[in-house]
Amino acid sequence: MNGVEGYIYPNEITLYWSVLIVLYPYITGLVAGAFILASLVRVFNVKAVAPAYRLALLTALAFLLVAPLPLQLHLGHPERSPEMYFTPHATSAMAMFGFVYLWYLMAVLVFEIWLDYRRDIVLLSQSTTGWKRLLYRIMTLGSDNISPRSLVIDHKVGWIVTLVGIPSAFILHGYVGFIFGSLKANPWWNSPLMPVVFIFSAMVSGIAAVLLLYMGITKWRKMPIDMPCVDTTAMYLFYIFILDFSLEMLDLIHRVYEADESFRTLNFMVHTKLYFSQIVLQMCIGTLVPILLLGIVQVTKLPALIRKRIYVVAGCLVQVGVFAMRWNVVIGGQLFSKSFLGYTTYKMGLVSREGLLMAIFLTILPLGILWVLMKLLPPWPEKQHVPLPAATPAH
Amino acid sequence: MSLTKDAGHLFRFAFLFVVAFAVFLVVRHFVVPKSFGEYGHYRGAAIGEIAARPLHYAGHETCETCHADILQMKKAGKHAGVNCEACHGPLANHAGDPSIQPAKLDTAVLCIRCHAASAAKPKNFPQVDADQHSGGIACETCHQPHSPAIQSGGTK
Repeated sequence: MNGVEGYIYPNEITLYWSVLIVLYPYITGLVAGAFILASLVRVFNVKAVAPAYRLALLTALAFLLVAPLPLQLHLGHPERSPEMYFTPHATSAMAMFGFVYLWYLMAVLVFEIWLDYRRDIVLLSQSTTGWKRLLYRIMTLGSDNISPRSLVIDHKVGWIVTLVGIPSAFILHGYVGFIFGSLKANPWWNSPLMPVVFIFSAMVSGIAAVLLLYMGITKWRKMPIDMPCVDTTAMYLFYIFILDFSLEMLDLIHRVYEADESFRTLNFMVHTKLYFSQIVLQMCIGTLVPILLLGIVQVTKLPALIRKRIYVVAGCLVQVGVFAMRWNVVIGGQLFSKSFLGYTTYKMGLVSREGLLMAIFLTILPLGILWVLMKLLPPWPEKQHVPLPAATPAH
Repeated sequence: MSLTKDAGHLFRFAFLFVVAFAVFLVVRHFVVPKSFGEYGHYRGAAIGEIAARPLHYAGHETCETCHADILQMKKAGKHAGVNCEACHGPLANHAGDPSIQPAKLDTAVLCIRCHAASAAKPKNFPQVDADQHSGGIACETCHQPHSPAIQSGGTK
């Protein structure tokens, strides 16, 4: 049979989880990572990253709005697929989606952005006209109280929301890893390290995405790039990347040393069908090269121009590597037979509901949403009506 | 200025949250099927709906009531454990109305579904490279499908 090698059960020939299911953990990872970067400013008082703080929040929101779309497209049935928001249940990890998603969207991200922008929204509702004025007035929820005391309250509540948001971001993405890691029938997925690896790779991809977006948009706006901001962001990216790499290697070493009954099959798959996406893209181009590039910046004193170029190259490679990691997990886990005696092949559609063009569209869509959000809620420090308040714990 | 006034906008957001939760509960009320959870974590009415579906497979016991001669032949051969409809397909219609004749099977295509050579199959399982073995000739030319071993004296 075309694309099938060895012995494989009939229900294993066609892959059920397509490139859209690869995209889902990739996008939620960007959300979680961008939020963690924002929390560096808000909770951990890393002031150098402040210029990218609001951009990180808007990036997280833009990607979070798109995150469930791959799942809905995968489910098909547009008349039924939105039910996944309304019928969450604690009896299965997948059915938890509604709880996890709505909690993170409403209680964390929208609330934090609203609190952070509230003064700007009130002032914009007074200075704009037409539909924008109406929109901003709706966003004020009818309260134009921007007294110093109310802003202090906002700041303290915002700090608490961010504090709650950090474990929530971990849950959002750890949950995705948990779905794979808890599948005991699939040795490629079944690992307690899976949620942890997903969280750390999410932080890596999200921080790198905000770094790229900040540099790209600032350059497009013909404004100077805040070098302490990008240097500090790249430093955190480097350290978290080291942790992520260590965890992935720990998982690999554990699998190699354990060498259970599936090992020969999986090892063969990594050296054949997954060689390019796993060894070349994920490990070499997407992990070792960017770690090396970011490491060079940490130990040498390079001029700003070179550093910026390195960050752009490393940031792009990180995206390639993390996407490849999601690909290898989702697609790789479906390429081998449970008999451990055969393999199948993933044939990606082009213009189908779960094809390549749809995946590209869903990757670009958050950038369009981000553009709209940036128009409505300018994230740039020079356009803020008030400077960002210093991060202080809520006493 | 009282704390309630300066924190009033937070109550407005909290109210928005409560409204969103109420909308969630209302939508949930309508989208969760009425019989869900009646017996377990599934739609209770599904049992009746599934039971009401038309049957497609008759089952080998039904086949054997009429085709006793085939049953005897199968019992003597390696295909004794293979159910009739595994090869012939679902034939509840034929069992219900014998005038409905099942389609003639093409053994050149059918047999290699199980017997195509693969290194992953157990060594003692009969398997052939169809092109080399028969050159596209239908398997039943030499093998009787209900008792496939070739016996001395030629085709059976």
